[in-house]
Amino acid sequence: MIPELGQYALMLALGLALIQGIMPIVGTRTNDPTLMSIAAPAAIAQFVFVAIAFTALAVSYVTSDFSVLNVFENSNSQMPLIYRLTSIWGNHEGSMLLWVSILAFFGALVAAFGTNLPAVLKANALAVQAWIAAAFHLFILITSNPFLRIPDAPFEGRDLNPILQDPGLAFHPPMLYLGYVGFSIAFSFAIAALLEGRIDAAWARWVRPWVLGAWMCLTLGIAGGSYWAYYELGWGGFWFWDPVENASLMPWLAGTALLHSAVVMEKRGALKVWTILLAILTFSLSLIGTFLVRSGVLTSVHAFATDPTRGIFILAILIVFIGGALALYAWRAPLLKQGGLFAPISREGALVFNNLFLTTACATVFTGTLYPLALEALTDAKISVGPPFFNATFGPLFIPLMLVMPFGPLMGWKRGDLLGAAQRLLAAAMVAAVAVAAAFALEHGGPVLAPFGVGVAVFVIAGAVTDIVERTMFLRLPFRAILRRAVGLPRSAWGTAFAHFGIGVTLLGIIGVTAWGTERIAEIKPGDQLEISHYRLSFDGVFNRTGPNYRDVVGRFTVHRMSGELIGVMEPSRRTFPARNMATTEAALMTRGASQLYLSLGDPNKDGSVPVRLYFKPHVLMIWLGAVFMFMGGALSLSDRRLRVGAPRPARTKRTANSVLQPAE
Amino acid sequence: MTRKQRRLVLIGSGLAVLAVAVALMLNAFRDSIVFFNSPSDVMEKHVGSGTRIRLGGLVKDGSIVRGSNLSVRFEVTDGNSELPVAYQGVLPDLFREGQGVVAEGALDAAGVFNADTILAKHDETYMPKEVADALKKSGHWKDDYAQRAAMPVGGGGK
Repeated sequence: MIPELGQYALMLALGLALIQGIMPIVGTRTNDPTLMSIAAPAAIAQFVFVAIAFTALAVSYVTSDFSVLNVFENSNSQMPLIYRLTSIWGNHEGSMLLWVSILAFFGALVAAFGTNLPAVLKANALAVQAWIAAAFHLFILITSNPFLRIPDAPFEGRDLNPILQDPGLAFHPPMLYLGYVGFSIAFSFAIAALLEGRIDAAWARWVRPWVLGAWMCLTLGIAGGSYWAYYELGWGGFWFWDPVENASLMPWLAGTALLHSAVVMEKRGALKVWTILLAILTFSLSLIGTFLVRSGVLTSVHAFATDPTRGIFILAILIVFIGGALALYAWRAPLLKQGGLFAPISREGALVFNNLFLTTACATVFTGTLYPLALEALTDAKISVGPPFFNATFGPLFIPLMLVMPFGPLMGWKRGDLLGAAQRLLAAAMVAAVAVAAAFALEHGGPVLAPFGVGVAVFVIAGAVTDIVERTMFLRLPFRAILRRAVGLPRSAWGTAFAHFGIGVTLLGIIGVTAWGTERIAEIKPGDQLEISHYRLSFDGVFNRTGPNYRDVVGRFTVHRMSGELIGVMEPSRRTFPARNMATTEAALMTRGASQLYLSLGDPNKDGSVPVRLYFKPHVLMIWLGAVFMFMGGALSLSDRRLRVGAPRPARTKRTANSVLQPAE
Repeated sequence: MTRKQRRLVLIGSGLAVLAVAVALMLNAFRDSIVFFNSPSDVMEKHVGSGTRIRLGGLVKDGSIVRGSNLSVRFEVTDGNSELPVAYQGVLPDLFREGQGVVAEGALDAAGVFNADTILAKHDETYMPKEVADALKKSGHWKDDYAQRAAMPVGGGGK
């Protein structure tokens, strides 16, 4: 009964999405305010029904209703409640339902809180949202229905893939989806602006909070996924340049560019046409990311052949939305008015530089990720494009971006003073030079270029600090005056500094762990010792442990400092899940400052020896700490009064006057 | 500067960055692309020693020989040809005889494939697509694999 209710609700949501997608557009064409005003209530109603559908699936999972095929295939009554819930999005059908639920939620938010939006823009944007929603509802109902039943209900489910039974995976996909889907708002507003043929600086002000929020979620989502891969896959890598990861990195790069170009548009009215294009591209990459990961096409184009309806449907959605949006752009963008002038050396110029390098870096990732697919489809040759490709292309493009980044915030709008900015960054550059020297002196081994990498990262960090120091006149005013200035700074200035600081911290972590990380691989017996960096590990032996739906073979290791001081115990394990007859490696981590010891076990041999992998990961935690700083930067920026207030003041007073004059509407 | 000149500067620098990126990519494509081959492909194409490739197939039954210090030798087969593989390190969780495997490395002068990476695949029902295709091509594909491969694999994993 409950699954049928869910399916029925989803069908109704489709119907509502169709109404929401057609009526308001007709309204804007015929200038009929009644038709336009259908959009908002339709969006809210659509969300209600999608929420009912999602709840129905959630109830089926929680009550372990194995008569539902999707629950049977991905859940198990022995699993803890939290994983029974997260199994909902641990599979294709459920994750699509989550995706469309978030989409409907955001649509309802725009409908409910976008009260100060111009009526035409709001109607058009909500209609575009509805088209996306309708396509996804159809896709779910026709090809990926999570509510299908099995005639003879089995007693037990097949269990969720064990590597997904992890707290990291509980929040990683929803965060990614919040990011992907958040960009849909920017997309809808961009299409709405093109349909209307009118765009102004206020557009950027309405769209920017959405882009910022989506970007924050995507940042945390990517960082979470990276940390999960690091500790769960047992190889200790934080980024593999795997197509699945690239699929989430591409919208992040484009979204970061969009975030910055929207600033230029909001402040100076320039780069309008470019910002619109970025909004379209960012969401297109999100769509591609969602589908590439979920369709299995990344492993092989032939995956399409195993399920042709789904594959063709996906292709159709991509072609209609991306192709349609770009065609509309080509047709309507020339109508949009050009923005203000600026000199190449200026805040705008720096942001253009940022956009140029971010989008180019994004294009290289795109090429590296999709080239193997294209080649296989055309020539049947199978190739893999791995880390060397991305290191050789993405890396060189990112270095200039990092070097220029501290200059941006110190430059004035319209016409900047490069020499002045350079003078103010002198201290930061000196700190960076000291860091390079220190890295040369303190660290041994590793690539020769690594200390210079440390220098770049420290320059970025010191540059972010310089920005705040300059703005508060630190050390040049009495303490209370500085404090007053610091409090008085716009939150967005703090946000910029935090986010840029975070990038530097992440970079520092990446360089530290790739340049100076060490590893030991050995077969050891109880009583043996391993030494790494400043630590000595002794292997005490192996014992068994039982969990709710798994069995552990645990290795126990005591960790001492080289000087002999006892630090603690590490217990890596091999975890077997009987429901799927699958084993996973549960690595043990020991945190020392920002560095970690990382230990994972292989399959024990017959003679009692155990293969182990031991890593020392210097500064590895900074990688994810930096992402947290970026998130905080986004949050600070989002809380800026300017964004909360929304539309510019004069426009607002005018609108209030209008509504007073037209009460009968 | 006039509007036109500024736009030229913008477009010019954009093209310059793009040109650099294309040069970087072409260079990287030349150096860092790895082709996938089955043992039969290796025989037919006469893949030279020292060329990095990915080798895929099934781990031949009874071929795993473990040496000291985590070294292991086994044979990869696609039903028609087989190739000896040498590897040193911890094997992935699902490495076992009769299962699909993808190894990355290069042939040495003696015709032994020295693998430096054995790809970890994380589902026992999962058959690497490249391996499945290679088996189909060599005519040794069994329906049993197809059923196992067609089973939903839970998604989301790497």
